[in-house]
Amino acid sequence: MDAFTAFSYEEAFEKLEQAVSALQDGRLDLEQALKHYEEGMRLARHCHHLLQQAELRVQQLHITDDGNVESEPLDLA
Amino acid sequence: MLFPEPEPASDWSVAQVVRYLKELLETDEVLRNIRVHGEISGCKTYASGHCYFTLKDAEAQLSCVFFKYARQRSAAPELRDGMAVEVSGRFSLYERDGKMQLYIEQVELAGEGALATHFEQLKARLRAEGLFDEERKRSLPLAPAVVGIVTSLQAAALRDMLRVLRMRYPLTQVVIAPSLVQGSEAPAALARALDLLNEHGEAEVIIIARGGGSIEELWAFNEEIVARAIARSRIPVISGVGHETDVTIADFVADYRASTPTAAATRAVPDVVDLQATILAYQEDLGVLIEDYLERYREDLEGSERRLERESPRSQLERLQQQLDGTIETLQSEIRYRFTLQEERLKGATLRLHSLSPLLTIARGFSIVRRDDDQRIVTSITQVQPGDELAIQVADGQISARVTTR
Repeated sequence: MDAFTAFSYEEAFEKLEQAVSALQDGRLDLEQALKHYEEGMRLARHCHHLLQQAELRVQQLHITDDGNVESEPLDLA
Repeated sequence: MLFPEPEPASDWSVAQVVRYLKELLETDEVLRNIRVHGEISGCKTYASGHCYFTLKDAEAQLSCVFFKYARQRSAAPELRDGMAVEVSGRFSLYERDGKMQLYIEQVELAGEGALATHFEQLKARLRAEGLFDEERKRSLPLAPAVVGIVTSLQAAALRDMLRVLRMRYPLTQVVIAPSLVQGSEAPAALARALDLLNEHGEAEVIIIARGGGSIEELWAFNEEIVARAIARSRIPVISGVGHETDVTIADFVADYRASTPTAAATRAVPDVVDLQATILAYQEDLGVLIEDYLERYREDLEGSERRLERESPRSQLERLQQQLDGTIETLQSEIRYRFTLQEERLKGATLRLHSLSPLLTIARGFSIVRRDDDQRIVTSITQVQPGDELAIQVADGQISARVTTR
């Protein structure tokens, strides 16, 4: 199981950017460089996957009897 | 007629006469549908949503009722005391109080360009207060995880916005705070919905929107209460009201003014196509970068191999061997040179020797005399005694002789 699958898109994308800039720094030893490369590629695939799988969730706000604000799924169809 | 024609002088009950008056008012052609202009005073709106005020001018006044259903149906601005208005409605009588009232269907600001004047005055006031200042504008999040929307659930605009959000950035979650978007109660409802989203606190950006309509229908977005709610929102607000040409007070206060609801939704989120392109570009970068690394390490490795080879015993041996070969070569040529030199010298010496050879002298008639016993050449008479054996060498041989005298 890939450890990255738990990441949200934002997290995964941020880590992808980090991997790229670490490699751009250019002072890694070969093992580190390969590690960042492989991580980066896995993160990129994860991001693509998340973008393809995503479905817009729509919720509606309402006020509960005790005065709190809550949201509940809204089906407009 | 509900009642029989009464006798003029008969004894009427209060209820009877009140109902009679009501009947008269409601059946009168003029009073059934009338427009009246005047100034609002004593305006009061109750929790029920009904609004009561007095319409007056310099000489007289009228009680007015603006019921909730009528307010919602109309596109009336929020009523305040002192407003010059033109109202339309019908007259009737409230039996309990015996009070004649004008039941209002519609309220419009009176006079040519009254709405525009109201708009400009409010705009100037809020601008002076600094509500439109650029420094107040907050930057919008690049990719909000939650988008808040304030609009009517029935609006086509909502469906348009959801379609855009779904298409562009389906990763986001939408939280809708439903609100009326027109009518006299809309301003307070819009402000409440904005506050509600702030209280909920999850939205990273809020869209306040309404589809196109007449200036009266969009008027709620020009009310101060809405402007203030936008200004106090901790969450950045995008306005998308009406069509491209409609500009409302809400637009001036909002952190970003989109021309339509659809444009607002577009501005609120990134496009998934762009995101995918960015990710692809990063993947390419990763490939190029790791190739650089590998190339660099490969070159380093090859360099090391070359250095190692240079330092190996075998190559040292080869180098020594080569050195030795060179030395031997030098030595050999040196020897050859010296040898040749000696040969030349020898040849010269031989020639010289030859020219000095006694044999040549002998050939000319001289001879060499040696003592026979020790072969010493005799050059003096003191070297011999009579009776000594001598060997005399001549050109073609040797003669043996004996000394007789000396």
